[in-house]
Amino acid sequence: MTSPKQALAHPASSAEAAPGSQPGAARGAHGRGTPPPEDKSPWRSRLYRWDMKASPYVFIAPFFVIFGAFSLIPLLYTAWYSLHDVQLSSLDTQTWAGLDNYQNLLSSDFFWNALKNTFTIGVISTVPQLMAAIGLAHLLNYRLRGSTVWRVVMLTPYATSVAAATLVFTLLYSWDGGMVNWLLDFVGIDPINWRESDWGSQFAVSSIVIWRWTGYNALIYLAAMQAIPADLYESAAIDGANRWQQFIHVTVPQLRPTILFTVVVSTIGATQLFGEPLLFGGVSGSKGGSEHQYQTLGLYMYDQGWIIGNLGKASAIAWSMFLILLIVAAINLLVTRRLRKSQ
Amino acid sequence: MRTTTRRSHRLLALAAVAALTTGVLAGCAGDSDDGDSSGSGNNSGGGKTTLTVGTFGVFGYKQAGLYDEYTKLHPDITIKENVTTRTDVYWPKVLTRLQAGSGTDDIQAIEVGNITEAVQTQGSKFVDLGKDVDKSQWLDWKNAQATTADGKLIGLGTDIGPMAICYRKDLFQKAGLETDRTKLAAQWKGDWNKYVDLGKQYMKKAPSGTKFVDSASSVYNAVLNGESERYYDKSGKVVWDKSSGVKNAWDVAMSVATSNMSAKLKQFDKPWDQGYANASFATVACPAWMIGYIQEKSGDAGKGKWDVAAAPTAGNWGGAFIGVPTAGKHQKEAIALAKWLTAPEQQAKVFAKQASFPSAPAAYSTLKPAPATTEFFSNAPITQIFSDAAKTIPAQIFGVKDQPINTALTDIGILQVEQKGKSPEQGWDAATNEIKDVLGQ
Repeated sequence: MTSPKQALAHPASSAEAAPGSQPGAARGAHGRGTPPPEDKSPWRSRLYRWDMKASPYVFIAPFFVIFGAFSLIPLLYTAWYSLHDVQLSSLDTQTWAGLDNYQNLLSSDFFWNALKNTFTIGVISTVPQLMAAIGLAHLLNYRLRGSTVWRVVMLTPYATSVAAATLVFTLLYSWDGGMVNWLLDFVGIDPINWRESDWGSQFAVSSIVIWRWTGYNALIYLAAMQAIPADLYESAAIDGANRWQQFIHVTVPQLRPTILFTVVVSTIGATQLFGEPLLFGGVSGSKGGSEHQYQTLGLYMYDQGWIIGNLGKASAIAWSMFLILLIVAAINLLVTRRLRKSQ
Repeated sequence: MRTTTRRSHRLLALAAVAALTTGVLAGCAGDSDDGDSSGSGNNSGGGKTTLTVGTFGVFGYKQAGLYDEYTKLHPDITIKENVTTRTDVYWPKVLTRLQAGSGTDDIQAIEVGNITEAVQTQGSKFVDLGKDVDKSQWLDWKNAQATTADGKLIGLGTDIGPMAICYRKDLFQKAGLETDRTKLAAQWKGDWNKYVDLGKQYMKKAPSGTKFVDSASSVYNAVLNGESERYYDKSGKVVWDKSSGVKNAWDVAMSVATSNMSAKLKQFDKPWDQGYANASFATVACPAWMIGYIQEKSGDAGKGKWDVAAAPTAGNWGGAFIGVPTAGKHQKEAIALAKWLTAPEQQAKVFAKQASFPSAPAAYSTLKPAPATTEFFSNAPITQIFSDAAKTIPAQIFGVKDQPINTALTDIGILQVEQKGKSPEQGWDAATNEIKDVLGQ
């Protein structure tokens, strides 16, 4: 084995051996198909040229190899599975089902229910989350004592594991003796069965998502805000704009690309929502409540694949989710273009 | 050997904490290191065989010191246990590994809810243990559950879950009910409706903040576990909607769900645990393995207040098997270990440690619960009650999708009636739709 030192030394020494062959020169030589006549060691220079050409690909190869092995091949294999009837207990017997699994989904109330839940939970978690984030970022953008402390505090929920956060929230939302119901009791509201009520469960799941992601988004907004030139605010102030007007007319328009980015990322996250509702459900959480009132697409897929053992159908759900994401991405692209034109 | 999917869910909390606190993980790792080194040191060199045992939940082998004991008897063997907390995570993993023919442990535990699936679909992936053991050691129905159509025995019985009723004597007394365990058992003997009637009586004078039973689903499971006909018939056809056992269990559960006697808790959920600590329900159908759980969750406050009485019908809830996958590299050694672990003497040791009830009747005469347990349950003859139940448990027919069908009935159907105020008909319809989805109909 060559030590890293030797490996590092190698290109240098080959460069010394062929001082004339700069990258550009090497490419030119190759293009002509003949080595430069002054080169005394054609083998070395050829090696060097290969090195120059192949190295970038070699350097990026690990990502693509891993991506292929753990993402692309499973993705395609899932597509293959989704066209078959496959049971978890007999993976080797795959009977061709054509589009049956997809047809089954389209006619299944459970699928549409899961899609609807994914959408509603997505909206009630993403919209307040991003609005709160932008507000918090605006506040943090002022000169504050111990600003780093505030920023770290903001990011703490994001650094908490889903499992731990959900566990705590589940206790807070406990029907009997949970803190939320205890507080509601003070204002004279009867205890709510958060897990089994339709809107209550969705609200509870969304609140976990909001809690975990608001700080993260706020920091992204803050970074973008600090890049806004101060003279824009100055001129706005000279024009007589107050803080709120500055926020609406300077900050928000300047943040547009950042807002779009966070919307895209949050949408993807919302489409794949899984851990929070699963753990919030506790026992048989993959059902998402007795009426599937908070069963998201991710949960439905997990339930079909790993609890019920119907891998073919679960694969079809996975691909449907993928297609939904593509559609969402396309819509985002259109909106972005529109916004760019209007600017 | 603490079993069933629902049971292992209670360890969810633990899993979450474990994910955060490396301390827990480090603690476990430390334990296994100790186990290895006390085996006889790693320096003895080449001739050593390492056997891996794949289990779920808390099987109790390590806790009862069985691995250490075995490695002392066989210095050329070291044993490593791979534990997955939740069965619903454990089993899919085992299924895929069995079929891939690699990555399995030398010994693989199988939960009773999965044994039929294993027998019917993975029979060829397990070694036939029938010729290596004396089958008469186990209860007949236990063997039958792990025997394939062509007579292969793919798993050796570990524990079973004979059921009784655990009840709070102090609450019964306040409600003006009978508190003697034999008289109570006689009152409801043979008919769960009489148990429900007693519940109605309890609710008339119930101590404030208490209910008669933890949940309608637990009553459903208790009744169904004593019925011989469940979701499948002998030919393997799904007959859940015509099954007399399911109908009986459903009807009893409905009379609980539509009354005010249920604490409306979900078993193995956190609030259920708190229910024990707060004494918020007076009875619970308890398989043998739940004894330790009740004791732990009730804490000292419950000491001497709990008692155990025979259930209206004898039933089995939970239990497990251990099998030897054909993909294993040390099958001969693994068979020897599996045989030893499931021998009556070893089963008795696990019982002494955590009350997992043996599937080998030869052990029954020697069973001794821990003194603290006996004291906790008002000196009830626990061993006697569970042994009697074990001997009269009916042979039950299970099917491949038994667990998801059961979940559909308890966590969809019954839960809707109990917690969302739906009518029993609506609950039944919802469960029907769910089961159709499960079966791909």
